[in-house]
Amino acid sequence: MAGAKVIPNGRRLYCNCPFCVEIVRNFMDSSSTLIWRMLATRVFRLVGNRALSTSICLRGGHGVAKVEDYTLPAYFDRRESPLPDIKFVQQLSPDQKSLKEKEKGSWAALSKEEKIALYRISFKESFAEMDKGTGEWKSVVAGIFFFIGFTGLVVLWQRNYVYGDVPHTFDPEYKQKEVQRMLDMRINPVEGFSAKWDYENNAWKK
Amino acid sequence: MKSTMSLVKPAMRGLLAKRLRFHLPIAFGLALVAAVAFKFTVTEPRKQAYADFYKHYDSMKEFSAMREAGVFESVRPTGK
Repeated sequence: MAGAKVIPNGRRLYCNCPFCVEIVRNFMDSSSTLIWRMLATRVFRLVGNRALSTSICLRGGHGVAKVEDYTLPAYFDRRESPLPDIKFVQQLSPDQKSLKEKEKGSWAALSKEEKIALYRISFKESFAEMDKGTGEWKSVVAGIFFFIGFTGLVVLWQRNYVYGDVPHTFDPEYKQKEVQRMLDMRINPVEGFSAKWDYENNAWKK
Repeated sequence: MKSTMSLVKPAMRGLLAKRLRFHLPIAFGLALVAAVAFKFTVTEPRKQAYADFYKHYDSMKEFSAMREAGVFESVRPTGK
């Protein structure tokens, strides 16, 4: 094909329209190899090539991107998943390093303190420590009582300064007349209100 | 560390059945006790109270007393 351009990976451009020619010309400039390498990295990532470190990301000409802490595997103490992704202590002191070497031998040779030290390298808290209660409930209950008490004060103030007078039907004389009318009507004479009134002696039953 | 002793294998099946075998009789028993207790503390005394009330109930006397007290609209108190 007359005028077919060759792209760095050996394929030939079959379209000679101005746009395609322009795209190829941009690929042919000084950063072209970098861009092709970037595309290759992307393809690798899709294919899932474990050999390529996923924390390295080549961005067109800028270098290596900063790895954020929250993107790396984390350590956590949780009862339902007893083996976290990473050990607790990542940077071992020389003592701990020698202990790790000793661990490669027979475990019967390890003393009790050494076994505990190895445990503490791998884990932060034991199950007993992580399950221990925090005593937070005391603060919660204290807060509940405090705010209930405060609400009581608010209600008191409200009764004095917000609400108006109660209706006249709450007056003692009115209430007395109400009770007398209920007794006259024989309200609940079997087990309830009027059952407790002695009609012979005009008094409440003793 | 006991490296030669092995732990007893925990129960893997029939956990719900075991729980029901224990708790269902208790549940039914308690429900029965609650029903019987209600019958003999509430319903029987109530039936007796009504029986006692109506054994010597004079409805005309009660009516006259209520009429005099003035609670009716269909009949006024006697007099005036």
